[in-house]
Amino acid sequence: MARGIKDKVAIIGMGCTEFGERWDSGTEQLAAEAFAEALEDAGIEKQQIEAAWYGSALDSVNVGNSAIPITMALRLDGIPVTRLENMCATGTEALRGAAYAVASGAVDFALAIGVEKLKDTGYGGLPPTTKGTLNDLWFPYGSAPAGFAQLASGYRTRYGINREDLKRAIGHVSWKSHQNGVKNPKAHLRKAVDIDTILNAPIIAEPLGLFDCCGVSDGAACAIVTTPEVARSLGKTDIVTIKALQLSLSAGRESATSEWDGSYVRNTRIAAGKAYEEAGIKNPREELSTMEVHDCFSITELVTMEDLGVSEDGGAVKDVLDGFYDADGGVPCQIDGGLKCFGHPIAASGLRMTYENYLQLLGRAGDRQIDNARLGLAHNLGGVPYNGVSAVSIVGRLGD
Amino acid sequence: MNRRGISACGAYIPALRMDRNAMAQAHAWSMPALRSLGKGTRSFCSWDEDSITMAVEALRACLGGSDTDSIGTLTFASTTAPFADLQNASLVARAANLPAQTRTQDNAGAIRAGVSALIATLECSETNDSLVVAADHRKARPGSAQEMHYGAGAAALRVGSGDDVIAYCLGTRSSNNAFIDHYRPADSDHDYYWEERWIRDEGFTKVVPSVVKPLLEQADVAAEDIAYFCMPGYMPRLGGTLAKRLGIPGEAVVDNFAAKIGDTGTPQPLLMLASALERAQPGDKLLVIGFGAGCDAVLLEATEAIRDYHTSRGPTDLSTPLPPVEHYNKFLAFQGDLDLDWGIRSETDTRVALSQVYRAQDQLNGFNAGVCPACDAVQFPVLSTCVNCGATEPMAKKPLADEPAKVHTFTSDGLQYYPAPPMYWGLVQFDNGARLLMEMIEVDPDNFDTGSSLRMVYRIKQRDDRRGLHRYFWKAVPAERGDDNG
Repeated sequence: MARGIKDKVAIIGMGCTEFGERWDSGTEQLAAEAFAEALEDAGIEKQQIEAAWYGSALDSVNVGNSAIPITMALRLDGIPVTRLENMCATGTEALRGAAYAVASGAVDFALAIGVEKLKDTGYGGLPPTTKGTLNDLWFPYGSAPAGFAQLASGYRTRYGINREDLKRAIGHVSWKSHQNGVKNPKAHLRKAVDIDTILNAPIIAEPLGLFDCCGVSDGAACAIVTTPEVARSLGKTDIVTIKALQLSLSAGRESATSEWDGSYVRNTRIAAGKAYEEAGIKNPREELSTMEVHDCFSITELVTMEDLGVSEDGGAVKDVLDGFYDADGGVPCQIDGGLKCFGHPIAASGLRMTYENYLQLLGRAGDRQIDNARLGLAHNLGGVPYNGVSAVSIVGRLGD
Repeated sequence: MNRRGISACGAYIPALRMDRNAMAQAHAWSMPALRSLGKGTRSFCSWDEDSITMAVEALRACLGGSDTDSIGTLTFASTTAPFADLQNASLVARAANLPAQTRTQDNAGAIRAGVSALIATLECSETNDSLVVAADHRKARPGSAQEMHYGAGAAALRVGSGDDVIAYCLGTRSSNNAFIDHYRPADSDHDYYWEERWIRDEGFTKVVPSVVKPLLEQADVAAEDIAYFCMPGYMPRLGGTLAKRLGIPGEAVVDNFAAKIGDTGTPQPLLMLASALERAQPGDKLLVIGFGAGCDAVLLEATEAIRDYHTSRGPTDLSTPLPPVEHYNKFLAFQGDLDLDWGIRSETDTRVALSQVYRAQDQLNGFNAGVCPACDAVQFPVLSTCVNCGATEPMAKKPLADEPAKVHTFTSDGLQYYPAPPMYWGLVQFDNGARLLMEMIEVDPDNFDTGSSLRMVYRIKQRDDRRGLHRYFWKAVPAERGDDNG
């Protein structure tokens, strides 16, 4: 009977670039910047890394496919390196690859790195991508915000909430992240925005306005993992371990059967349920210290609060408006600004979330440090709510 | 043996109407005379409509969900067919889910091609169940009179010899000549016209009688017994003038839709016939004219079966129009005459993978879902494994085009490049359990929400103007639109 990877993998080094419009840097420079920080943090030599997982979601348009762009950029000579892509869960997928390699005993040191250079497209937003030769012939060719805005119509319908009340709640989601982003020197958007500006911004995909959408950013983040035993042998005392790492992907039930009501993300519920079981969490609302969730759009964060079981079904609007997820609330969410303000270089995001949880656990989060951080959850949602991939990972202290 | 005739009709007019006064105002600085034509509206194609999509819709209206197994031939008539070498009729047949053995052919060359196709089909003894469909969306040069006069639309007729024939053929007659009232070179988008008075006096007024008179004689029908005279063309008094010259009663002249729809070209006489058949009583004689480098005439008589047809079919659907468009630029853009800067986001390549289209033609053209033989789940797209129970047995086909459906989720997408922003799209839930993401078009934002009823229409999903073969697929439109704005 499989027992999961709880406490079998220690994160001993992490790095994250400043996110934003990095006109000065390409993929190679971003990757090197994050890697240098992680290597220094881990206190090991590059040559000790035995395997690497490199995530890039849309970056193949810049650097081509395969893992060679990262072996070139970091000069990772002669080791197995895997390039992977799983939409916005790519960063967490890279971490999973590295963690599994360590947990299996295959290697002592593994690297997970996610890099995304989005600002070489010439326009705002994500570039449209092919959905495959068959799907391209019938799928509506819609934008990412419009894919997630579907949730708003489903949520409204299920709970009988009027458009104005829902708009106000999702507006608060973004307002809170802007407040948090101000305190993060690596964040893309470091400016507080008042609620009226948020509510009255131009509509991108109804009901999502400009401030309901996350930043499209360049950036990279990475993690170096090993076993707790090796971490101790390196002299580490305050050891952060992976408590759970789970994914769930759609197989068509949401988009091609009449099962899904449109008000939640099925994959997040499945991944969260498995992650809580793996981590031994019984009551996430009480046990989680902080959350970094996939707030690609404000409505996504709102329903995610319910999908993660922190708010009750139908209760997220009230919790959000009550400030439960604000920096001084019950479970601070997006304390680093989230995708909304830290930014969203797709393949780096999952690792960026874990980076923030790692900093919080180690008390290294500066002005935005929360008290008594014990368990940090990171959540990615790739694709669209009805056809996608959710990842939930939880980190904590060894021994907790 | 029963005589051959028409057993059903269908019509399709795009919901878009251009306000003619707005067009005249846009040209007032240069062509002030156009103000005299600035009355009423004209129909025009949305960016995602062409003669194939309109033909499919007219055909669906004609078939009314009836059995198509016996359809022997389909003729598609148009002067604006998208393809010169790729049979347009075949594409229409696939979207209408006609039998694969139906013989299909295109008819073109003049706007009388629709009546010519009807004559050929009436006189074809090869099959007792055939279809004729005509569609056109002629472009006119900005500032021309034709821009004011023309419209877009399609008409379909089912031809047979059974007891369900509602108007049987009393006779046909044709002529050919080199009377060139207008022409369009093969490589041109626009028609070139000669003087209107010459067209009227030397063309219509002489050519039409030269065909109609002998037709009436051969059929032994008196002109005063004609109850419906379908004389196409944009000239407002032409039908009346010709009726008078021929001895046809003035009240027999069928309205040419000039006020609201415009001159649709090839389908025009067939649309007029469809409109006449809505009102015709058993024994009424109907005369249909096609004009262009010669003339075609068809004489029909309504049968007793038309009473049941009126009861069972209701009025011919000329589609409920949207509120008139007042932005002339929108009209130009949809016609392809205004190359707007849609930004870098619009630069995506939309080449069609032809081998993929062929593999999935039942799904993409005919909008056939799969039905799992193990659990009966209706699903789209059709993959090898059932979405519901995981069975891997081959699925049965289930056409979705006429199935009732509702909005499950939706949004208006203002970010993605779309030729008619914002783009409405979301999950469409069919009553039979099928669900898929679809574009939703012709949406009135104030009367649209989850749960709104939808119907399916065949449209261009994405244009590939670089290569000329667009992606065709189905879209959802509100099943009911508000007040008739026509």
